[in-house]
Amino acid sequence: MTVLVVLAFALVAAAGTAVVLSRDAQRQAITLSALGLTLTVLFLVLQAPDVALSQLAIGAAVVPLMVMLTLREIRQHPSRKDRSARS
Amino acid sequence: MNQRVRLTLFGSGAVVMGVFFVISVHSLPSFGGLQHLYRDLAVRAALSHTTANIVSSVNFDLRAADTLGEETVLLASVIGVMALLRPALEERELLPRERGHAMDATRLMGYVMMPVTLAVGVDIVLHGHITPGGGFQGGVMIAIALHLLYVAGSFRALDRLRPVNVFGMGELAGAAAFAMLGICGITFAGAFLANFIRQGQLGVLFSGGAVPLFNIAVGVEVACGMTVLLAQFLAQEITIVKRGERP
Repeated sequence: MTVLVVLAFALVAAAGTAVVLSRDAQRQAITLSALGLTLTVLFLVLQAPDVALSQLAIGAAVVPLMVMLTLREIRQHPSRKDRSARS
Repeated sequence: MNQRVRLTLFGSGAVVMGVFFVISVHSLPSFGGLQHLYRDLAVRAALSHTTANIVSSVNFDLRAADTLGEETVLLASVIGVMALLRPALEERELLPRERGHAMDATRLMGYVMMPVTLAVGVDIVLHGHITPGGGFQGGVMIAIALHLLYVAGSFRALDRLRPVNVFGMGELAGAAAFAMLGICGITFAGAFLANFIRQGQLGVLFSGGAVPLFNIAVGVEVACGMTVLLAQFLAQEITIVKRGERP
């Protein structure tokens, strides 16, 4: 049991580091989803299946989807500030 | 504000935060211990109300007032997103022509998994008082199931399946049902959000008193709320265009 807990914590730490280190925001949405999955495993190992279910649905699916859609929307309509910064 | 000032500000904040963090973690009970005062009280109270899933009992019976607050937060955030992302004056809504560029494998998985996810979501809502899960988890799963249609590459099918105004009303109905169940508690059991139905046998479908009803109310609210929320984001992405532009 302890081995599983340590392993799950290590997975969460690795995925969290991956989220911080991915520079491209669109890829960050994918690593964020992976972090959500590892957190689900951690909660399951710590015997909290209710929280694990919420985490799976929200952290691994809904939030990354919202981040992704928001990013694409921002890219489609660059604001005046962005345009002047780029030129 | 230059780099140095920023770093100093962050450093001082981090030190204060670190000190308080160490102090507060130090006085916590150690990780994985066997002494859990709240667990003992909660398990006893939940079992006396014949709710097999202790977490559901805490959420919808013992501390239902907290959940009422959380549902209200969700409702408020959905309304906020709807207000912020509504089509602006110079924009209009337009359903674009279908561009089928999803891979066949993706489409197949989307169409196969959609009914399965829907069924699992409904199951998790209805059995929330017996097994892990509940209205929130099941509701989110139902909303995700609908959006598998979008993943399968058919935004039009998704748009036909979820009329946003109906789902908006569904969300309000779910939130209102939660409050009404609370008022039923005043009428029949003497306290707001009290468990007012006589509890059945532990572990069967009809047990836990009002907890399954709360689960269904929350399930409807969350499924509709999440769908409406994602619909606003998808509309920004797909159907809302500047006047005079073609998608």
